[in-house]
Amino acid sequence: MDILANLAGGFVTAFEPLNLALMVLGCFLGLMIGAIPGLGSVNGVAILLPITFVVPPTAAIIFLAAIYYGAMYGGAISSIMLGIPGASTAVATTFDGRPLALKGFADRALVAAAVASFVGGTVSIILFTLFAPPLADFALRFGPSEEFALMMVAFATFVGLGGDDIPKTLLMILLGLVLSTVGLDEISGRPRLIFFDISGFYKGISFIVLAIGIYGIGEMLWTVEQAKGKVEIAQHTVNFARVLNGIRLLKPTLRTMGLSSLLGYFVGMLPAAGATPGSLMAYGLTKSMSKNPQLYGKGELAGVVAPEAANNAASTGALLPMMTLGIPGSPTTAIILGGMIIWGLTPGPMLFIEQSEFVWGLTASLYAANLVTVIMNLALIPVFIWVLRMPFTILAPLIYVLCLVGGYAPDNVMHDVWLILIFGVAGYALRKLDYPMAPLVLAIVLGPLAERSFRQTLIAEQGDWTVWATRPISAVCMLIALALFLYPLILGFRRRRAAAAAGMEMQG
Amino acid sequence: MTSKSRLLAATAMTFGLGVLGAHDAAAEWKPFKPVEFIIMAGQGGGADRLARFIQSIVEKHDLSPMPFIPINKGGGSGAEGLRYLKDKEGDPHVIMATLNSYYTTPLRQPEVGVDISEFTPIARLAEDYFVLWVSADSPDKDLDSYVANVKEKGKKWRMGGTGTGQEDSLVTTMLENDLGLTMTYVPFKGGGDVAKALIGDHIESTVNNPSEQMGFFEADKSRPIAAFTEERIAAFPDTPTFKELGHPDLVYQMQRSVVAPGGIDKDVQDFYINVFKQVYESQEWQDYCKSEALECAWLADGELQDYFMKEQEKHRKILQDMGELPS
Repeated sequence: MDILANLAGGFVTAFEPLNLALMVLGCFLGLMIGAIPGLGSVNGVAILLPITFVVPPTAAIIFLAAIYYGAMYGGAISSIMLGIPGASTAVATTFDGRPLALKGFADRALVAAAVASFVGGTVSIILFTLFAPPLADFALRFGPSEEFALMMVAFATFVGLGGDDIPKTLLMILLGLVLSTVGLDEISGRPRLIFFDISGFYKGISFIVLAIGIYGIGEMLWTVEQAKGKVEIAQHTVNFARVLNGIRLLKPTLRTMGLSSLLGYFVGMLPAAGATPGSLMAYGLTKSMSKNPQLYGKGELAGVVAPEAANNAASTGALLPMMTLGIPGSPTTAIILGGMIIWGLTPGPMLFIEQSEFVWGLTASLYAANLVTVIMNLALIPVFIWVLRMPFTILAPLIYVLCLVGGYAPDNVMHDVWLILIFGVAGYALRKLDYPMAPLVLAIVLGPLAERSFRQTLIAEQGDWTVWATRPISAVCMLIALALFLYPLILGFRRRRAAAAAGMEMQG
Repeated sequence: MTSKSRLLAATAMTFGLGVLGAHDAAAEWKPFKPVEFIIMAGQGGGADRLARFIQSIVEKHDLSPMPFIPINKGGGSGAEGLRYLKDKEGDPHVIMATLNSYYTTPLRQPEVGVDISEFTPIARLAEDYFVLWVSADSPDKDLDSYVANVKEKGKKWRMGGTGTGQEDSLVTTMLENDLGLTMTYVPFKGGGDVAKALIGDHIESTVNNPSEQMGFFEADKSRPIAAFTEERIAAFPDTPTFKELGHPDLVYQMQRSVVAPGGIDKDVQDFYINVFKQVYESQEWQDYCKSEALECAWLADGELQDYFMKEQEKHRKILQDMGELPS
């Protein structure tokens, strides 16, 4: 019961007035930062880091962790309300969150996002509390070959999506992979696909640029065309009863929440991965395991639940390698790591022993921050909904402006803004031709990770690819990937045969 | 005195003061808009963490009236940042944090058109060491057994490092050439990933900077074999240098400096030198050097430029030896 005693001590620390106040403030700031497209937890933490130098280290990390946490919740808000991913981690939330909002169920999507985030966060903090050291050891066993095998699982979930057109899905994955190779090759240091010798391509195509272009600009063009300028979004007034009802509707998605939380936590824990791949994988997996995969992308509640549970779980997961190994699991944790150093704390295996008050104070505050954010979020839903009441003639230009600002903000280069416009138009065209966009986004996120781990494995093993069959973790992942890839094909084949037998056309 | 002449005198005085004041202001140049703090490497790596740490010190001690804003321009092994700095000639609101690719990238990629002797040197804050590491489970306790083991395994021996043509691969090549070894070099994204791969037994050895292995070293998970330094590193008193083991050429360090574009005024340069002098002298920086086993090593202005030129020549030779550059 050592853990419980430590945790109780942690709660005492977390509930000191200064710490508590900073936590509430941090959650609120995080929520807002996350909700603004282009500003994610990375920017928020970087901007607010200097503020933490005036308070003790424990209060400082509680503040940063609260921002980090709040931003994970906030990212979903603009994904759902405006269709622009508020942060890279919330891209998958737009897939189903936006259609739900357009159908007039924005409140349900927001409730789903908040509750799923809460569950994801809570599950992962419990895992963090109970099993931090053994989990860190397990994460260490993931070398290049295991990482690649895991990436294959992620791709398989997107290829094997029953309802979608498989050739088109494959084509979009390939396109995403090509775009992901633009820029400097990490392994050889050589530039690749520098179109027209424009130096902006050296840094590669950031996936948030692609996502904002396709989902922000592209979808907006589509909406404008569909509605001929008269967009009517049905939205009832939101009251407490509707919020409660929204929570009740989530009962069938409990299993999704649990699974996505575990998956997200695990992926977040692996260095170099983080919350964005975690949320995309959770979405893919949920869709391919669903009985009605064809409903996804059209406003399925589980499609909001999965990525939101996963991204919050992953954000806690990413704290694990940072605290136990001193290796940041995501860009945001890299900045927090820098902060810890200036506060005089050395992250790494010794932190748990030498600074246990700090570690447990942080852990306890994560529990509390999670609760504070979910309450704050649910309470603010009517305010968010208000955005949709805005006349479309005001909302549409506002969205365009937010897209461009959001694309410019991360790196401060105009190059990204031009790319957003190009991707916006291209996304609109592809959408008209009925190409699925999610696989494209997935490929550009996971492509670099997959390529790097693939080449590292082959370099390290002297070109011997049997390693994926002989190393236990790799082999298991590869088998899962294969099963996920083949399952819908077999299912589709059977369905078609059954349909043929019945002598009728079956529409997928 | 007539009122007119009094007015004239007053005007003259005002002007005089004004001129004096202007002169003062010139000697005390201060940024009047945010300073772009370019990092010629990507986010999350050692150089990035260091630059953001410096920015924190500047903020904490209020060393500049305008904030320093870190911007990563790491494309093309830093070519992106170098080119940007060249294009910003004469702009007093840009500075750049450098690492050793400051020398090698202009040599390896002449098409970028950058000559580092045109930039304005500000200050060198530290030198980072390189150490040969193995996992704590490894049977190798010293260099002799390490060499014997690598010779036996040959290409099956995996050495991890960051990128190809960057510092870690230069050091690995130097090690291979000097000791007559051949091994497989596996590039990773950042020093942290390399360190983790060593502990997870995905590679057999690394040439990590001390800061990247410090946490594992303290937890008895990794073991230093020998250091690529002139003297033993204070944090690892029991680890010999390659030099004392009879390999005097195996000395390699990474500079951590700040430079500005060419064509800026002397008082602008002085302002930045002064800021970084204060950063260097701050308790935080000195503690950081100690805890991360860096060598706090101040050098500024002309001395720094001489040092850069000498180092670039040294790197030209290393690259030629590696066959990366024509001799």
